[in-house]
Amino acid sequence: MAIATDLQRAVEDAAAHLYVWALKDIPQDLRDALAEAAGTETSVPGQRVLQTILRNVEVAEEERNLVCQDTGIAVYYCRVGEQFPLHPARIYQALYDGTERATVDHPLRSNTVHTLTRENTGQNVGHRVPIVHWDFVRDWDGLDVKCVPKGSGSENMSFLKMCVPADGVAGIKRFVLDSIVGAGGKPCPPGIVGVGIGGSADYAMHLAKEAIARPVGTRNPDPLVAQLEDELKELLNETGIGPMGLGGDVTVLQCHVEHADTHMTLNPVAVNYQCWAARRSTAHIGPDGAVEYDREA
Amino acid sequence: MAEHRLTFPATEEQVRQLRAGDSVLVDGHVIGIRDRTQVRIFDQGVEPPLDLTGAFLLHTAPGVRKVGEGRYEKVSIGTTTSARMVRFTEPLGRDYGVRAICGKGGLPDKAIEPMRRLGMVYFAIVGGAAALETTQIEEIEEVYWEELMPECLWKFRVKDFGPLTVAIDSHGTSLYHDVQEEAKKRLEDLYARL
Repeated sequence: MAIATDLQRAVEDAAAHLYVWALKDIPQDLRDALAEAAGTETSVPGQRVLQTILRNVEVAEEERNLVCQDTGIAVYYCRVGEQFPLHPARIYQALYDGTERATVDHPLRSNTVHTLTRENTGQNVGHRVPIVHWDFVRDWDGLDVKCVPKGSGSENMSFLKMCVPADGVAGIKRFVLDSIVGAGGKPCPPGIVGVGIGGSADYAMHLAKEAIARPVGTRNPDPLVAQLEDELKELLNETGIGPMGLGGDVTVLQCHVEHADTHMTLNPVAVNYQCWAARRSTAHIGPDGAVEYDREA
Repeated sequence: MAEHRLTFPATEEQVRQLRAGDSVLVDGHVIGIRDRTQVRIFDQGVEPPLDLTGAFLLHTAPGVRKVGEGRYEKVSIGTTTSARMVRFTEPLGRDYGVRAICGKGGLPDKAIEPMRRLGMVYFAIVGGAAALETTQIEEIEEVYWEELMPECLWKFRVKDFGPLTVAIDSHGTSLYHDVQEEAKKRLEDLYARL
C-alpha cells in the first residue's frame, strides 16, 4: 500500500508539472514549423502575425509565462503497462489531483464550467474532467502520460461528416478543405489539422484528436495515409486563408491523419483543429515512481 | 498598408482614418469584455458601470492573481474568438459609442455595415500570443462585476499594445470577407483536382 501511495503521489506530481510545463514551453518541432512558416509567408498581415507568434514564444520563455492564456481543458493520454503497479482508477485520481493542484498553485485560469448552468467549477476539474484516454500495453511495467491542454478556440472548430463509401477519398479531402475554409481565422491558424478516418463516428473524432497530439510533421506509418497527409497539407495551403485568417500562403503547419478500419458501409471523416500553440508534454513513469520528462514525444 | 499609433478612448475621426490591412499600436485604456459581460448588458438590461464612449473593447477573460479587495494583478492576458459575440457589435456602437472591438478570428459579415455606419473598427490581434500581450498591459486599473469571474468587465492600462491589424474598417472593407470570397474561388479549382 505504501508503494501504491507513493506511486500515486509521483503520478500526481508529474501531472501537475506536465500541465504547467505544456502551457509554457512549446516543443522544438513546433518552433521549427513556425519558423519555417515565417520563412515562407509573403502576405504583409500574415508575416506580421507570424513574427508576433515567434516573439510571443520567446517572451513566454523569458518571462516564464503561459504561451496562451487559454489553459484549455486538461486532456491526458495514458499508456499503461500491464505490470505497472498502480490501478488506472488511482492513476485517474492522481491526474485529477495534479490538475487541481497546478491550477491553484500557479494560479491558472479555470475554464471548466457545468455544461448546463455554466457555473465555473473553480479548479479546472469537474465531472469527467480531466478527460483521460487509455491504452494498455502488454509485457511492460511503465506508464506514459501525455498532457494536451487544448484551447477552446480551436476545439470549437471540430467537424464530423459521415461520408458514404461512394464519396471515396475525394469526399474525405473535400470535407477537410471545406472545414478549414469555413473555420477561417477562428481556430488561430496556422495550426495542425487532425483528421480521423474510418472506425465509427465517435472513434473517428477520437483519432482526429490523437492526430493533433503527434510530434509536428511526423507521418503515419501507413504509406497510403502518409500520402494523404502530404496531399491535404498542400491543398489546405492553397486556400489562402493565411495566418489568423487575414489572408496568406500558410494556412496550416501540418496535416496529421489517423485511421482505423471501418464498416463496409461507413466512411466517417472527423476534423479536429489544433491552433498554432500546439501544447503537449509527456512523462515516462517507472514502476518505482521514477519520472523522466520528455519534451519531444 | 500604413502604420498608426492611437490612444484610446479615441474619436470617430481618428478611427475613420484607419484602413483594412493597416497596422496599429495602441496606448491608453482597453476594456476587457466577454460573452457573459455582454449578455448582462444587453440581454439582462444592466447598465455598464463605466463610460464606454470612444472605448477600445478587448474580447478577453484574463488569468489573474487576487491581491486585495477588488484588486488583481495580471498572470496571463490573452484574447478569445470574437465571432460568438457579433450580435453585440451594433448596440455597442449605437448605444454606448464604442469605437473599436479587438479580438481574434474576426467578426462575420453582419458586423461590416454597422461598423461603416457608426464609425467603428475591428482590430485583429494574434490569438494565442498571450505572453506578449500580458507584457503590454501595464496595470489592471478596475474590475467590475467580479461575480462573473473571469468574464468580468476589466479596465486595463496599456502601452504599445499590438501590433494589431485593422481587419474590418469603417469604410465597408473586411479582410475576412475578402479572404473567404477568394477562398471560395480557389476551392472550385481545388475540387477539380481531388
